[in-house]
Amino acid sequence: MASSEEDGGGNGAVEEKENGKKRRLGALATAWLIFYNVAMTAGWLVLGIAMVRFYIQKGTHRGLFRSVQKTLKFFQTFALLEVVHCAVGIVRTSVLVTGVQVSSRIFMVWFIAHSIKQFHGDVHCMVRKKEEKKYNFFIILYPAGVAGELLTIYAALPYVKKTGMFSLRLPNKYNVSFDYYYFLIIVMFSYVPLFPQLYFHMLRQRRRVLHGEVIVEKDD
Amino acid sequence: MGGRAGFFEVEILDWKTKKQLCFLDKVEPNATIREIRLMFHKLYPRWYPARQSIKLDPKGKSLRDEEILQHLPVGTTATLYFKDLGPQIGWTTVFLIEYTGPLFIYFLFYFRMPFVYGLDERFTSSPHPVVNLACICHSFHYIKRLIETVFVHRFSHGTMPLRNIVKNCLYYWGFAAWLAYYINHPLYTPPSYGKKQINFAVIMFLLCEAGNFSIHVALSDLRRNGSKTRKIPYPTKNPFTWLFFFVSCPNYTYEVGTWISFTIMTQCVPVGLFTLLCFIQMTIWAKDKHCTYLREFKDYPSLRMPIIPFLLLKKKKKKA
Repeated sequence: MASSEEDGGGNGAVEEKENGKKRRLGALATAWLIFYNVAMTAGWLVLGIAMVRFYIQKGTHRGLFRSVQKTLKFFQTFALLEVVHCAVGIVRTSVLVTGVQVSSRIFMVWFIAHSIKQFHGDVHCMVRKKEEKKYNFFIILYPAGVAGELLTIYAALPYVKKTGMFSLRLPNKYNVSFDYYYFLIIVMFSYVPLFPQLYFHMLRQRRRVLHGEVIVEKDD
Repeated sequence: MGGRAGFFEVEILDWKTKKQLCFLDKVEPNATIREIRLMFHKLYPRWYPARQSIKLDPKGKSLRDEEILQHLPVGTTATLYFKDLGPQIGWTTVFLIEYTGPLFIYFLFYFRMPFVYGLDERFTSSPHPVVNLACICHSFHYIKRLIETVFVHRFSHGTMPLRNIVKNCLYYWGFAAWLAYYINHPLYTPPSYGKKQINFAVIMFLLCEAGNFSIHVALSDLRRNGSKTRKIPYPTKNPFTWLFFFVSCPNYTYEVGTWISFTIMTQCVPVGLFTLLCFIQMTIWAKDKHCTYLREFKDYPSLRMPIIPFLLLKKKKKKA
């Protein structure tokens, strides 16, 4: 966005703010987060198991989607709540980051990864020890999840182009158009700048949290 | 402090490393921060005054050029902190680049350059009069902005960081291209309510542009004698300035009005989106300005709201 006109704040520089504010979650918010994370873990596990069972019984992945789609849609939509959590402020990540993640979770590798992540996610606001597991799992799971997402989008592209789904063409009385196909391509490219930032942010958090932990132990 | 007319000593430390960058002795007590910046620049030629942030506290606000050394809360040996603001670019230059872009980019679409809508439609013109009208209004808006930048605006700060210009240009130029694409498209659909809608929009457009210009002139007149101190703007004989009774930043109010009228005129969603973003950004600026006014002036008119009459959006407070 353009900077303020006329009075730019002090030579246009942004003064650094103290970001040391600690947020304490209320009891209600904590209880809700725990419930949410446990429910999501259970849901994704159920889905994962259902898919494995389907494959073992039928020997093929055809018809898989039709059989799991109701459950899948339910839990996928519930995952949108994560964006709400960020917007409301009870989870401390950016809405955009979460929005990007949520809107592309479809692949099976991500289901399983997600189940494990959720299980550790629900203690993210509580005991420190479990944060160790969370921060170490992410190193493998994040790239696995992203790979899954990108592969899914790539696989879906020909279908999107053929059916023209979610697209709006000219002429129309609002004089706007939207091409889902090119939108997806842009989304794929946007992983290039976004994923490293997310990943290194997690690595930095990990170093801070685990490093901090080590120091406390030493003092004891 | 400042009782004896002796010289001051000034040491300047790096704000982060606290390393001493320079030590100035025999500094006049009534020296201004501008003069100190010039002295610092002589020692470090690549840090010209505009990119020096000189402060009393490593994490504090930058001192203004006009501040006088002996009036600062320092002893006869002053410790100041320096922060490099990075390469700077003048506000006037920034505005000229930001506003010339959209002006010419729109023309690329209006005249239907071959690379825009394909070779079949190259250099054709639209059968709809509203498309020509939109081009005139859009161009008028940016030409007016350019004229104001050169002749009307008086900036209180000379420069901004260079990296901002990439961000700003991407925003202004990008949106100009996006909305120009749809308005000048061969498949463009004119507004649903036809001439009535267009005429209403044109009148609203002209009124808002006149209003916006009147406010800019009024604000510029507050600094007519070159002073940089802030004053409360008041309504003048010009009826457009009477909006000052109700808002702190009527220039932003009129600006949003201009873009709303352009949206109505073209009935185009991308224009509407741009209008929405403008509104959000200007509301943020207006609230900041409004808060600054309230802080600096105890007798600030209480009826005034930041940007919309009678509407003050309170920041939500989070309970711990």
